[in-house]
Amino acid sequence: MAILRIIIIFFLFQVKSYSLIEVDITRGNLNPLPIAVSPLATDKDSKKKFENEVKIDDLGAEISKVVENNLMTSGLFNPLPKDSFLQEPDIAHFKPRFEDWKLIKAQALITGKVEYINEKLRVEFRMWDVLAAKEIMALAFTTVPSNWRRVGHIITDKVYERLTGEKGYFDTRIIYVAEEGPKTQRIKKLAIMDQDGFNTKYLTLGNELVLTPRFNPTNQMVTYLSYFRNLPRVYLLDIETGIQEVVGDFPGMTFAPRFSPDGKKIIMSFATGGNSDIYTMDLENRVVERITNHPSIDTSPSYSPDGKYICFNSDRSGYQQIYIMNSDGSNVKRISFGRGLYGTPVWSPRGDLIAFTKLHSGKFYIGVMRTDGKGERLLTENFYQEAPSWSPNGRVLVFYRETKTDEKGEGFSAKLWSIDLTGYNERQVPTKTDASDPSWSSLLSN
Amino acid sequence: MTLNKIFRNTLILISACLLLSACATQKTVTTDGSQMQGDVYTGTDTVKELAPGVPDRVFFATNESILTTASRETLRKQAEYLRKNSSMNIVLEGHADERGTREYNLALGERRANAAKDYLMTYGISASRISVISYGKERPVDSGSNALAWSKNRRSVTVKAN
Repeated sequence: MAILRIIIIFFLFQVKSYSLIEVDITRGNLNPLPIAVSPLATDKDSKKKFENEVKIDDLGAEISKVVENNLMTSGLFNPLPKDSFLQEPDIAHFKPRFEDWKLIKAQALITGKVEYINEKLRVEFRMWDVLAAKEIMALAFTTVPSNWRRVGHIITDKVYERLTGEKGYFDTRIIYVAEEGPKTQRIKKLAIMDQDGFNTKYLTLGNELVLTPRFNPTNQMVTYLSYFRNLPRVYLLDIETGIQEVVGDFPGMTFAPRFSPDGKKIIMSFATGGNSDIYTMDLENRVVERITNHPSIDTSPSYSPDGKYICFNSDRSGYQQIYIMNSDGSNVKRISFGRGLYGTPVWSPRGDLIAFTKLHSGKFYIGVMRTDGKGERLLTENFYQEAPSWSPNGRVLVFYRETKTDEKGEGFSAKLWSIDLTGYNERQVPTKTDASDPSWSSLLSN
Repeated sequence: MTLNKIFRNTLILISACLLLSACATQKTVTTDGSQMQGDVYTGTDTVKELAPGVPDRVFFATNESILTTASRETLRKQAEYLRKNSSMNIVLEGHADERGTREYNLALGERRANAAKDYLMTYGISASRISVISYGKERPVDSGSNALAWSKNRRSVTVKAN
């Protein structure tokens, strides 16, 4: 019996070793793929020039660290420690000695080199299937040296796409609210950073309360709520120019804004006389349309990726629940029927799922359900967490989580976290300050 | 046999303890009741005065915007004061506790402040003198993560605007 089992295992192993490597991302990945990321080779001349320009003495090695960190946080890959590598980076890039990489159990190998050419950074990289002993990808591109971190993200996207068969999400940014100060007098600023927590920039100064920033589809504009002059209103901000304007001319609070998938409209709530309904405003002709008309609270609207439907939360049943309707407001249907309250629905970029926040028995959950409300899956439970936002490939959710304070009302914190759609690989997303209300950009390059 | 008896006695003792502790829990609830009725805050810790003898705020139950008898009494006093000071304008600031999603709580704060506004208007205070702002859960008065702190934070506060 035992011998039979060994034979079967051996047989499976054999089959695997002859097929090309592949990573299955549809289920929780408990065995991340061992991958070796060789430092990108940099020649002496280039090294000196990069050191002058971007103050980094080994740019190739730094770029490979960006790639490694991305692969590791994805939960699908296990980057092997560099001190176990036997081959020099430049020789490995030319022709890997596969036995050396097999020895350290690497299944895939990434090699490359960086050069300084005409004041530009030229990057070349290759991916190798170690077991099949062949090259499976080769790419080269040129950019300004200050863009070196993005180079790392783009390489990761290519590797991820080649090995999983789906687009990556690494060359992206997250816009969020940076928080400081005591809970009763919180100072909040809009902040933007690379998906891995680097290159943080603040877009507002913290003079007024700001909440819920969201990108437009091209990532150049942001819509958010600002308490400028103590009038809570939806604003539109051009990230490049810094120019901002109020959206629409509403005689009361507007909030919960998001862009339509074509970027032409903003959908939001308008509250007046104790009632919140959903409206859209066309950014080109400024035409305002009322989408819901109900004496309950209707808020947190989010379009389906094809723009045909809207999901939102409403307490028209007596409690906060999730509904969907046609984009003109017709055919409203409740889809959440589980126990507890449901809020912040967000349609996945793939169109098949809606992510949400659920409150039940004093706990907060981030979960997903199908667009008909069936197949509810709760991914994570905590004291307080909300506001999921999808990675552009629809595989990961980022959200924020707040901690309970102690008896003295101290020890409060708010942090960003991410979790795979599978419910595995929950991680804190590094931010310089406390953070909330994250919104994930689309891929910056394709 | 004796062992069995001891065991049975222990069981009886344990169930008695459980019964007692259940009573004790209920008692705690009633003690809390000195500052909360149901889950509406009835204490005075955070309450300021709009004018002598006129409290500045009213409190709400979880997810509710219904005015309690005590809230209506407070607002009646506020209306009386505002009638006597007819040039005074006010802002009603609506708030929610931290146990709800941010956007829903913004709407809930607006609903609460408007419940107070509607009641003041029934006492003849003109809508033109009242503006409303919701802070949702953004400005708690008590930073605690417990039922009492949350009850203090579910409020509508009347603030002089001029």
